[in-house]
Amino acid sequence: MSDSNASEAELRRRVWRAKRNRKSIMVSLLSTLAFAALVWFGLLATPGWERVQSSFFDWETAVASFPRVFDGLMLNLRVLLASGVLVLVFGLLLAIFRTLKNPIFFPLRVLTQAYVDLFRGLPLILVLYLVGFGIPGLRIEFLGRIPSEVLGIIALTLTYSAYVSEVFRAGIEAVHPAQRLAARSLGLSYPKSMRLVVLPQAIRKVVPPLMNDFVALQKDVGLISVLGAIDAVRGAQIEVAKFANFTPYVVAGLLFVLLAIPTVRLADRIQRKYSEREQAGNTL
Amino acid sequence: MIDWTRPRLRVVNLKKSYDAKVVLDGVDLEVFPGQIVAVIGSSGSGKSTVLRCVNLLEDIQDGQIFLEGREISEPDVNQDQVREEIGLVFQSFNLFAHLSILENITLALIHVKKLPKDEARKRALSWLERIGLAEKADSYPDKLSGGQQQRTAIVRAVAMEPKVLLLDEVTSALDPELVGEVLSLIKDLKANGTTILMATHELSFAREVADWVIFLENGKILEQGEAKEFFDNPKQPRTKEFLTRMIKRTD
Repeated sequence: MSDSNASEAELRRRVWRAKRNRKSIMVSLLSTLAFAALVWFGLLATPGWERVQSSFFDWETAVASFPRVFDGLMLNLRVLLASGVLVLVFGLLLAIFRTLKNPIFFPLRVLTQAYVDLFRGLPLILVLYLVGFGIPGLRIEFLGRIPSEVLGIIALTLTYSAYVSEVFRAGIEAVHPAQRLAARSLGLSYPKSMRLVVLPQAIRKVVPPLMNDFVALQKDVGLISVLGAIDAVRGAQIEVAKFANFTPYVVAGLLFVLLAIPTVRLADRIQRKYSEREQAGNTL
Repeated sequence: MIDWTRPRLRVVNLKKSYDAKVVLDGVDLEVFPGQIVAVIGSSGSGKSTVLRCVNLLEDIQDGQIFLEGREISEPDVNQDQVREEIGLVFQSFNLFAHLSILENITLALIHVKKLPKDEARKRALSWLERIGLAEKADSYPDKLSGGQQQRTAIVRAVAMEPKVLLLDEVTSALDPELVGEVLSLIKDLKANGTTILMATHELSFAREVADWVIFLENGKILEQGEAKEFFDNPKQPRTKEFLTRMIKRTD
């Protein structure tokens, strides 16, 4: 950058930019400090702060409750991975069903549409209750007693597949029709042009929004606790009852956040990579 | 070079309309093995539609299309198999954006022609060498110039060894300075006996390379003839008018 043959005008611009940068850094630093101080002293000044501190941020309770909450989180993680994979598979299938144009697939298309409408509208907690208490209620003998985490996986998959199928469908529709035309003109059948030309491009387009759904799923696995699975939330609940102290909830919360951070960062990175490629040179 | 015994492609009374709008109103044409037939006409005259109908990418409302005497416009023919035998190159190249140049060419060789991978690769590479893009084999389409992309698209179609190659305004989307390289590839194909039906705006090129020229207007053939005769001695006043208008514009 420090080439000696820059014109006088360019040198002047560089000095001006450096000065402006220093100024913005100072302003943001000061405002952050001021805000932090306000929150800190504001909280400390509240009459109940002492009570809140001892019942939500008690170090000893945190340490004592950690093992059970952490074990619970491992269950959440297993449920997350299982439902994550299932959601991708079913979401993609549903999306493909909805793009079939042949009239013989009409019933399939309508059913898929109804499914997506239903599960996008239904609150997840209700799906959990319906699946969690409905399926065992059917008393299907050969299934035996279904573990509550499996029921949780079913409910999460039902709900999230509906969302993810919409994401995939948008991706498929965003692939230019000319790509499909080119594939067909070479003699590729519809399924082959879908598999070899359209889907690979569609999936690339939807990775950023999919990551976003994955982050949401990561939090929602905590809801399986309503079915009685001893996950991080349920574990924390037990510890809360034991110590008569809310700190285990904070511990569980922190663990969920720690779990989410890598995914969120990864999602940001991917998003940035894609937007850089698509809007090269656009700094506005 | 041209084998006059039997037309490779024959179109009889082709009619095509979108709702009430008639696009092709009874088009007849023949392309013989080794022949290059150019379809010219102003935009909206139906040139591209003829090609898309021949490649079965459009439903037709009437008429028949024959490939080597076999009617391909019957509803019970295997359309994928017909398209395998008819190459189509688009105005906007339409290379597969997620595949390298080489993979663009090998995709259909592997999945339609069922060639073993290394053989498909070898065939694709030899084509890329021929058009001087061998060192770009692993580049993606968006890293290539328009002319390079279009030459790759032509090679992608030709590598399938189609019985007829359809070229749909293949130079219209190119910068003028890139048109030459695409045209010289087509000349090269002609020298090798490729059978071509093309829609084009490049009148001077049509005159140079085509054996037969068809002037299409409002979905009907208004005049046709051998290229030299057609351009030097157009019979219809409408053809004369079109030719002078186009030549004035390109000068």
